Amino acid sequence: MLLVEGLRARYGRIEVLHGIDLNVDSGEIVTVIGANGAGKTTLLRCLSGVHPVAGGDISFRGESMSKVRSWHRLGRGLAQSPEGRQIFTNLTVEENLRLGAYLFADDRVEKDMEDAFQMFPVLKEKRNLSAGGLSGGQQQMLAMARALMGRPSCLLLDEPSMGLAPIIVSQIFDVVKGLKALNVTVLLVEQNAYGALKIADRGYVMETGRITMDGPAEDLIADPRIREAYLGI
Amino acid sequence: MSELLQFLLSGVTVGAVYALVALGFTIIYNASDVVNFAQGEFVMLGGMITFFLHAAGAPLPLAAVIAILATAAIGVAMNKLTIEPARGAPVVSLVIITIGVSILIRGAAQLIFDKQIHTYPAFSGDDPIHILGATILPQSLWVILGAVAVFIGLWLFFTRTLLGRAVLATSNNRLAAQLVGINTTFVMTLSFALSAGIGALAGVLVTPITMVSYDVGLALALKGFAAAMLGGMGNPKGALVGGLVLGLLEGLTAGYLSSQYKDAAAFIVILAVLFFMPQGLFGRKSTDRV
Repeated sequence: MLLVEGLRARYGRIEVLHGIDLNVDSGEIVTVIGANGAGKTTLLRCLSGVHPVAGGDISFRGESMSKVRSWHRLGRGLAQSPEGRQIFTNLTVEENLRLGAYLFADDRVEKDMEDAFQMFPVLKEKRNLSAGGLSGGQQQMLAMARALMGRPSCLLLDEPSMGLAPIIVSQIFDVVKGLKALNVTVLLVEQNAYGALKIADRGYVMETGRITMDGPAEDLIADPRIREAYLGI
Repeated sequence: MSELLQFLLSGVTVGAVYALVALGFTIIYNASDVVNFAQGEFVMLGGMITFFLHAAGAPLPLAAVIAILATAAIGVAMNKLTIEPARGAPVVSLVIITIGVSILIRGAAQLIFDKQIHTYPAFSGDDPIHILGATILPQSLWVILGAVAVFIGLWLFFTRTLLGRAVLATSNNRLAAQLVGINTTFVMTLSFALSAGIGALAGVLVTPITMVSYDVGLALALKGFAAAMLGGMGNPKGALVGGLVLGLLEGLTAGYLSSQYKDAAAFIVILAVLFFMPQGLFGRKSTDRV
């Protein structure tokens, strides 16, 4: 579904992604784990088109994305829930969700919003409040719900667990796992390697702009090098 | 009593012009956090273009419509040629660019048009309307109606339409706006077109009362900025109320103190607002949580 070949990216003159290859098949949950600064977020920013690609290619459902502007990628089914939530703090929860479906103006928008409220009941309680006043966990839920309002076939999730209490993290990971049932393919980027590998089908390990290992999630969890470097076991 | 009413009526007229300028500020500020100091030049262009087309034989309504559309196009050009290439620069740099553009437009207007003071006939004659011993010109009613109509239009746009909310979303978080599929480049183009068009409308409406020349823009930009700050930058309701309050203050200062001091009213307002309530009358306190 999503195929990345030899992807390079740089900030100014400094190259931070040195040729990334990865693929995500339809219906999978794939995670990219790695330490802070490994280039995980840059990878997702390239995939959603908000960071320029310096080399290599991204194709999504058979179509090369290199010429597709960021606001058209969502229309192709590729949505991103960005690092640090990035919700619209000056708008209400409901307005945030409505803007998630900015590309659509049909009856399904209402239905999708009800589904989002079912997935995250706390958002329904706060639907008319300013999104800037939500707690960190609620903002993360809003960011994910907003991305889902765009009817993605593939969701790019950047660090959904960042800065959240363990109980909220496990709630969020449960929702991510549940996306499979909704036919949403997930590419999950995480520092919380254990949590991510536990819900993923496959995983990639990223170190300073390169993929250093990949394989089925359970193999990675069992791998002694991963256990030592990322799981602290 | 009739004296007070007279001061109030002239204050409201001037205030409506300030409100229109402030509403223009509001749109671009909402889309980009930039305070566009070329806003006053749009007012000047509206009046000047209308005058010259009318003098060349075009009927007044046609001249006015062309002036508004042409100014909107100039606004779009300003965005494409000066603001868009500098995207990513700090807001302060962008504000300074707008000051540069304002000087450029003023200079170009001086060359292309002339340095004379111009006016054209009022839309509904010059017979004053008498209210309780005071008088108001029919053209003043046009200005006031224009400000109210633009306010209602903008308020509906920002609160009732998805595109309006997309503009608000773009200013709040450009990255997130792109990620939900908003074409942020188009949002900027749209807001410059709207803003310039509204400025030109103000010029079209007010020229029969105050007359127009190439250099009226700067003072209007500063007064409109004071009005927008007083009301709370970015809030259409604040722009309207701020404009009217500022106009009334000026009217009363001119009437009871001296017309020499009337310009001071606006700048005292700016200072007072910045010192004591930087959020303005209707500005929202930002409540961000990390």
